Amino acid sequence: MKVRLTVNGQDRSDDVEPRLLLVHYLRQHLGLRAANVGCDTTSCGACTVLLNGKSVKSCTVLTVQATGQDVTTAEGLAAEGDLHPVQRAFRAEHGLQCGFCTPGMVMAATGLLAENPHPTEKEVRAGLEGNFCRCTGYHNIVRAVLTAADAMASPSRADSGSPAIPTSTESAQ
Amino acid sequence: MIPAPFEYAVAESAEHALELLAESGDDAKLLAGGHSLLPMMKLRLAVPSVLIDIGPLTELAYIRTDGDDLVIGATTRHADVAGSERVRSEAPLLAYSAAQVGDPQIRHRGTIGGSLAHADPAADLPMALTALGGSVELMSPSGIRTVSADDFFAGYFETSLEPGELLSAVRVPRQPGADWGYQKFVRRANDWAIVGVAAVSGRVALANMGPTPVRAWAAEQALADGAGPAEAAELAADGTEPGEDIHADRAFRQHLARVLTRRALEHQRG
Repeated sequence: MKVRLTVNGQDRSDDVEPRLLLVHYLRQHLGLRAANVGCDTTSCGACTVLLNGKSVKSCTVLTVQATGQDVTTAEGLAAEGDLHPVQRAFRAEHGLQCGFCTPGMVMAATGLLAENPHPTEKEVRAGLEGNFCRCTGYHNIVRAVLTAADAMASPSRADSGSPAIPTSTESAQ
Repeated sequence: MIPAPFEYAVAESAEHALELLAESGDDAKLLAGGHSLLPMMKLRLAVPSVLIDIGPLTELAYIRTDGDDLVIGATTRHADVAGSERVRSEAPLLAYSAAQVGDPQIRHRGTIGGSLAHADPAADLPMALTALGGSVELMSPSGIRTVSADDFFAGYFETSLEPGELLSAVRVPRQPGADWGYQKFVRRANDWAIVGVAAVSGRVALANMGPTPVRAWAAEQALADGAGPAEAAELAADGTEPGEDIHADRAFRQHLARVLTRRALEHQRG
């Protein structure tokens, strides 16, 4: 079955089986491996991507359902290699340990901040309810999302990196 | 996990979906958000030969008022029900219930019609529709019939939808300012209720206390006779026959129904 969709700003056209899940299309057909297959049961959120700007679990979306729509994966956030403020905040706040949940967390957080640019800590926790971190590093993840919200509210701070901890690249500069 | 192969067709209108349903035979399934159906297909609990996609149909995605009713199109997503100012003011319990379904990603995809047609007795929306005294509109080539929540849920994951019918809309009475309560007892984030209670305007519905959402009839009668929340709640589990599973045995579920009903009747939300 023919599908046409936009992935990270690029038009894609492919012939796929109707049963092909979006996460498998992204990983196997397009080689975009940021979205992970974790639980495969719509629970863990490791496969979260944005569909028309809204966070969805790509293990529970058929590729054919994404026809004519706009998909963004973590690869699409870092335009020309510049990390997105959410990515930068995850690095600055140590919002990851093993890293498996991170692409999903980053996409869920990006979707959350698009809907609610100034969330409270409680709203961040509720907003990430669909994403599990089995290292249980939730505190730093929540802190990262709050840091990203601050950075996105004042772009000059976002340009200069995270306020809290300089990253290694930035301290070298 | 990958679903078994199937044919896929996109409906261009609700009428077209009915035609496709009629052509496709008993093995066809309607697909909207897919957040109940696709997990079942991945587990091979559902193996439809044809999926008819009604997800993109904008004609079924709306929220409007019609006289004394609030009417919500079947493919309206949970996030849109939860976030709608109109639903929040006219049927606040329904907006709250939609916001309890799954998690944000699930609410971006799942639809109100899909959740009701799936008829999980532990789910939020079937309980909410029952508490609100709502109904569903079932469309077929011969027209639309309206079925009350009490009659729609027929058994465990069973409804009174006939083959060839499409659940097209959901109706609930407009009750701005009604006092309501909502209780959902869960052990884990993002889980189904071990027991749930929704109470509004003297009606009390229970989730996961039987094969369908059930009314707490004895408690409702006590309220009508002037009993207070605590007294009425003592009767909440009367006549129920909840199942037993790893989370709770029958006695514990009945205990939860009484405690949660009291809280719901005191208009607590949680």
